[in-house]
Amino acid sequence: MSFLEMLYFIVPSAILYATPLIFAGIGGVFSERSGVVNIGLEGIMVIGAFTGIYVNLEYYDVFGKNVIWVGILAALVAGLLFSLLLAVAAVSFRADQTVTGVALNMLGVAVAVFLVKLIYQKGQTDMIKAPIQRFEIPYLSDIPFLGKLLFQDVYSVSILAFAVAILAWFVIYKTPFGLRLRAVGEHPMAADTMGVNVTKMRYIAVMISGALGGVGGAAFAMTVSSDFSGSTIAGQGFMAIAAMIFGKWHPMGTLGAALFFGLAQTLSITGTQIDYIKEIPAVYLQILPYVLTILALAGFIGKATAPKASGQPYIKGKR
Amino acid sequence: MSNRVVNILVPVVSIIIGLIVGAIVMVVSGYDPVLGYTALWNGIFGDSYSIGNTIRQITPYILSGLAVAFAFRTGLFNIGVEGQLLMGWLAAAYVGYAFELPRFIHLPLALLAAAAAGAFWAFIVGFLKAKFSVHEVIASIMLNYTALHITNAVIRNLSDGSFKTPTVLESATLRMPWLREITDNSSLHLGIIVALLMVFVMWFILEKTTRGYELKSVGFNKDAAEYAGMNVKKNIILAMTISGVFAGLAGAMEALGTFQNASIKAGFSGIGFDGIAVALLGANTPLGVVFGASLFGSLKYGALNMPNEAGIPEEIVAIIIALIIFFVASGYIIRLGLQKFGKKKEGQ
Repeated sequence: MSFLEMLYFIVPSAILYATPLIFAGIGGVFSERSGVVNIGLEGIMVIGAFTGIYVNLEYYDVFGKNVIWVGILAALVAGLLFSLLLAVAAVSFRADQTVTGVALNMLGVAVAVFLVKLIYQKGQTDMIKAPIQRFEIPYLSDIPFLGKLLFQDVYSVSILAFAVAILAWFVIYKTPFGLRLRAVGEHPMAADTMGVNVTKMRYIAVMISGALGGVGGAAFAMTVSSDFSGSTIAGQGFMAIAAMIFGKWHPMGTLGAALFFGLAQTLSITGTQIDYIKEIPAVYLQILPYVLTILALAGFIGKATAPKASGQPYIKGKR
Repeated sequence: MSNRVVNILVPVVSIIIGLIVGAIVMVVSGYDPVLGYTALWNGIFGDSYSIGNTIRQITPYILSGLAVAFAFRTGLFNIGVEGQLLMGWLAAAYVGYAFELPRFIHLPLALLAAAAAGAFWAFIVGFLKAKFSVHEVIASIMLNYTALHITNAVIRNLSDGSFKTPTVLESATLRMPWLREITDNSSLHLGIIVALLMVFVMWFILEKTTRGYELKSVGFNKDAAEYAGMNVKKNIILAMTISGVFAGLAGAMEALGTFQNASIKAGFSGIGFDGIAVALLGANTPLGVVFGASLFGSLKYGALNMPNEAGIPEEIVAIIIALIIFFVASGYIIRLGLQKFGKKKEGQ
């Protein structure tokens, strides 16, 4: 395989693997920016993946090819509703956010597998008839080199993911809503004094993260796995959190980190077919995203600092 | 209502609500909750075989619960028990089959190897926290996955491409023929003694040693501890390392007792994460952990009987456990409810 062919092979695949991480990672950015740690992204993605596959299997006859969008939308709603558990516990009930997140992860897998067994009487669903297909963007794919690299084998959800990342940047940094969101995450008391409703902002942020986490799960299930079982989303949610931290809680940084982690995942899976990569044991590529995240946090790759009030429930009137 | 009563009532109320919601889920799904809970009960206490296996299931839960609880007492959240457990599992299995030694050296050595491996993996987290102020939750989550991939790769190498290591030798196993005989061939092993011994060790460290006092002080108030002349950073590293010892030993229970080898895993064992639930339910005390582990271990093992006897997916129990954690974590609201309830009663 020549170097160019190698690139044409790796880059589209890396973007595919990055797509769910972008959705969920951006979701994490919203939640953490408002001061709520969302360890539960993994469980939210599981719920999203299950919902997407379920809708795809059951309503293919009704909607045909468009069922993927119905599935994505259903996963969005399911993720949003599921994340309400975290919002209620972490914001209203002042629960430990990390513990609640862990409970959410357990609950997500348990509920999804329970429902699969209830509906299909087995631990794994059938393969879906309408997975998300790759397509070629007309005109753009005619550009030499870049066209073949970026626009020949694209998934519609990948384009959506990029759009979400850019939109998130705009919302968080260029709108009054975003300013309030960041204020609530850095110094909720100050924000409260200025008339920002801390509880409301945190509820909205957690719900956004739930919606995006759900979409991310569905995007993964309908492209990479094409079916659902308890091990479909094995660690994607945690890797999304890693991407968020490696991206320093910034939407664009998260986008870049997700792309990089997508590349690492691709290389660890398809690496055996590529000349130079073949020599590297897969385990190094598998652990790369996690090790890099630790190094980033330790300050070796630029210091990553969490929003100040992240992880603490806000209690009115408490100094 | 006194604070003490409320502290005990919160987990009890959480368990009851969890079981009620579980029953509701069963009814909504078209199952019979009475049949379901009977199957669960029989799965735990039905016969000597079930009881043996239930105790076997409780064993690693005690240790993973201790690991989480010990770190919590020092103000640290060790969500990395899962990874430390995997390292301990592999270390115990390796020492268990690779060396030929007399039993009274071999078994302790294998346990020690597991403890050391778990301690090392946790030490990294403590070190990162103390030296670079990396939050322990994130660092240990990342190290969980690192451990999963590394142990899988090592097992693949050790076993020449197979999916599990050779079986541990007779001289390193925790299994005893007489334990099998009295429990109708269950996989009950000596690990429960190791686990209970560690419960005592944790109690002793925390309550009877100066070091334990320092560790608790750091957990209560880092700044006050520092002002009192305690070395906070050193204590953080030490607390994580000791926590990792418990976690590594939990892995040894699986390696030397339950499975007798280490195998390649697609995902986590879940014991580490369940340890969070155990510690939380047991209010981070050694004795509480024994109760928490007994409850969750029993539920987990008994659940396996539910599909056979009642036709209900065993995941219902995982749902119940997750709900219990959720309610215990939301203790504030239960406390509030209990206090209002208590006041009403007093008023009457």
